[in-house]
Amino acid sequence: MEQRPSALLRIAVPLKSSAQRFMYLGLIAVAFGLMLLGKVDVVLVDRVRAEVTDVVVPILEALSRPVATVSKGIQNFQELVVIREENAILKQQNARLMQWQTVARKLQAENIALQNLLGVVHDKNANYVSARVIAGSGGAFANMLIVNAGEIDGVRKGQVVISDRGIIGRISGVSNRSARVLLITDINSRIPVLIENNRTRAIMTGTNTSRTKLIHLPPGARVTPRDRIITSGHGGAFPSGLPVGVVASVSDGGIEVQLFADYAKLEFVRIADFGLKGLVDMSVQKNSLKHKAGGRTGKK
Amino acid sequence: MSIAFWQKLDQTVRSITPFGLSLLLVILSVAPTYIPGYAQIAPILALVSIYHWAIYRPNLLPLFAVFILGLLQDLLIGSPPGLYVLVFLTVYGMTLSQRRFFTGKSFAVYWFGFAVVSLVASVESWVVGSVWNFALLDFNAVTFQYLLSLGIFPIIAWIFLRWQQAFLRQE
Repeated sequence: MEQRPSALLRIAVPLKSSAQRFMYLGLIAVAFGLMLLGKVDVVLVDRVRAEVTDVVVPILEALSRPVATVSKGIQNFQELVVIREENAILKQQNARLMQWQTVARKLQAENIALQNLLGVVHDKNANYVSARVIAGSGGAFANMLIVNAGEIDGVRKGQVVISDRGIIGRISGVSNRSARVLLITDINSRIPVLIENNRTRAIMTGTNTSRTKLIHLPPGARVTPRDRIITSGHGGAFPSGLPVGVVASVSDGGIEVQLFADYAKLEFVRIADFGLKGLVDMSVQKNSLKHKAGGRTGKK
Repeated sequence: MSIAFWQKLDQTVRSITPFGLSLLLVILSVAPTYIPGYAQIAPILALVSIYHWAIYRPNLLPLFAVFILGLLQDLLIGSPPGLYVLVFLTVYGMTLSQRRFFTGKSFAVYWFGFAVVSLVASVESWVVGSVWNFALLDFNAVTFQYLLSLGIFPIIAWIFLRWQQAFLRQE
C-alpha cells in the first residue's frame, strides 16, 4: 500500500479538471433521474431488470451450487448434534399428527360429499414449475429472489411463488432464463389475506424486515396472537387458502405477522400457475397504462 | 504478432482488473448464502472496491465505471434504480477528494477512512431509500449491514492490496 509520492503526482488527479467535475455532477443528476424513472415507469424498470439479470444468470447459477453444497454440509453437521432431541420431538409430533390425519380424512370425505351435494365450482388445478433460487437480497431496500426458470419454462409475470411451508411471493419480472420474485416481505408487496378463524379480511403489507404487517382491517375486527393468516383470493391475483403466517403481535404500532416460509434456507421454490389473471393481467395493464399508480404490486 | 502487441494486451488486461473485480463483488453480493438472517444484512461489497481503487488507482476505475457498477447493483438487488448509483458516486467522490491524506498511511487509517465513508454511504442510502418509498425503512438492517461491511473490509482490502502489488505495479 505504500506508494511513492512521485508516482502519485504523475497520475492526473481526476475531479480536478472542470470537465471531470461537470461529469460527476451530471452523473449524480442522472442517478436522481433514474430514481424518478423508477417511480414513473415501473414496467420499464422491471423489464430492464429482467434482461440484465438474464445476462448474469449463468454466473449466479454457477455460484449458487457450491454455496448450497457447503451450507448443506454445515447444516448436516448441525443436525447431527441435535439428532436425538429432534427425534423425540418428532415422535411426539407424529403421534399428534396421526390423530389430526384421522380427523382430516373424515372431514375431507364429508367435505367432498357436501360439495357434490351443492354442486360447488372448484378452483382450477395449478401447474407448477420448480426452480432453483440463484440470488437473493433481503436488505433494507428490497426483498427479492432470482430463480433460474424463465419464459421458456412457462413462467409468467404475476404467478405465485410458494415453498413447502407457504406463499413466499409473486413473479415481478420474467426474462428468457430467469425470473425475479417480489417477496411478500418487500415494502412494495400488498396481498389480500384472511384471518383463518373468523374470516376477517385484511391486506398484508411488507416492511422490508422479516415480519409483515396487516392493514385495512374492518373496524371492530378481533385479532389475537397465534391467529393463522391465509390468502383470501380477493382481487384474483392469488388463489385463496394458501398458508401465509401467524399473527406474532398485536399492538398500537400495528399487527405483525410471522411468516411460515423460511427465506434463509430456500434453495428451491415452486412457481404456481393457477390460471388467474386478476390484478396483474398484462393485457389489461397495457390498455390502462394511464392508471399506473402505486407501487410494483399496488392495486392496478 | 509483435511483442509490442502482446505487451499492450497484457497492459490492457491488467488495467481492466479493478473494474472486473468490482463487477465480481457486485454479483457476489446477491449470491445466496443460505445463512439465516444474512440476506437481511448482506453488505454491499463493491463499496470496498470503489473506496480502494479511488485511493490507489482512480485512473483505472473512472467515473463511468463507478456509474455502471452502481446501476448493475441496483438492477440486481432490486433497490430503487439510481440509489446505489448515487451512493457509489458519493463514496467515489469523497474518497477521491481525500486520497492524498490516505496514501502512504497505515492500514488502520485506511480502515478508519472506510468506516467514515461507508457510514455516510449507509445513512445516505437509508435516507434516499426512505424518501423513494415514502416510508421509514428499517434502520437496524442498515446498521448491521454497515457493521458487517466494516468486518469484511480487511479481507477484501488485503486481497486488493496483494493484487495491486502483483499485477498493477507502477514503474
